[in-house]
Amino acid sequence: MTCEEFVELVTSYLDGTLPADERRAFDEHLALCPGCDRYLVQFRQTIDLLGELPQESLSSPVREQLLTAFAAWRRTSDTDGA
Amino acid sequence: MVGTVDAPERFDDRALVARLRDGDEQTFADLVDGWSGWMLRLARQHVQTQSLAEEVVQETWLAVLEGLDRFRGESALRTWVYRILLNQAKRRGVRESRSVPFASLAPEEQGPTVDPQRFQGPAEPHPGGWRQFPEEWPEQVVLTREVHEVVAEALTELPDRQRAVVALRDLDGHTSEEVCELLDISAGNQRVLLHRGRAVVRAHLETYFATVPSTRSEVTDDV
Repeated sequence: MTCEEFVELVTSYLDGTLPADERRAFDEHLALCPGCDRYLVQFRQTIDLLGELPQESLSSPVREQLLTAFAAWRRTSDTDGA
Repeated sequence: MVGTVDAPERFDDRALVARLRDGDEQTFADLVDGWSGWMLRLARQHVQTQSLAEEVVQETWLAVLEGLDRFRGESALRTWVYRILLNQAKRRGVRESRSVPFASLAPEEQGPTVDPQRFQGPAEPHPGGWRQFPEEWPEQVVLTREVHEVVAEALTELPDRQRAVVALRDLDGHTSEEVCELLDISAGNQRVLLHRGRAVVRAHLETYFATVPSTRSEVTDDV
């Protein structure tokens, strides 16, 4: 496995979807190549940083409107049920 | 929060829906808080502005309430909500620019994710080996405001499909199976889009760290 091939397999490796023989070749290359080891570390760091970005959320007026709508919906369905 | 698409979740779904039907406001609030993030992100794939995306998400929740009695638990609740979201987004005006169906990969979505110039050519001593190893990053990469901006900016600049997959996987924590189901793409295409998007974000970070040598020496000095 060359470095050029290694860098394309990182996501499959991390997801655990590489076939056994490719995974073995990947691990062997990793053990011998400081450059690819560094690439893998940086790829993991990138994923970690992405995971630290804040979740998007609804603005509070919209959130409030939804909760109000839920209360109204509950009353309606109560009436329907009665 | 985010679970996996499997039997236990289906079971949880039924309990969840039962609580909603009973009018449990806390359950509804938790669901809105927990799911609106990925819903906004997916809605944004289809409408032009963030405020339109918010309207789509709001309308989706209202449609979910209206249709809740029709939910039979044949699909995961999340998938059911997602389908409603998609319909709402389409009613709001789908971006006509999406000419490539999500099912197939565009030519620019294939090919190497690292500049081939960084690897040795056939005539060099180690074909396919690094010409020069990637530069080291700070030992402790922390999400400072600047790093945050670099990552967020890189994400914004990604092509739509790559951004959708990266955000769903790495920001919202969905599994690959869930992303395939939500976006209706194959496992192979999911992986290609994810890998490409992550590689682009890594490249942005690499450029950033190369231009702030102070960060590196500070960290090294600390150790």
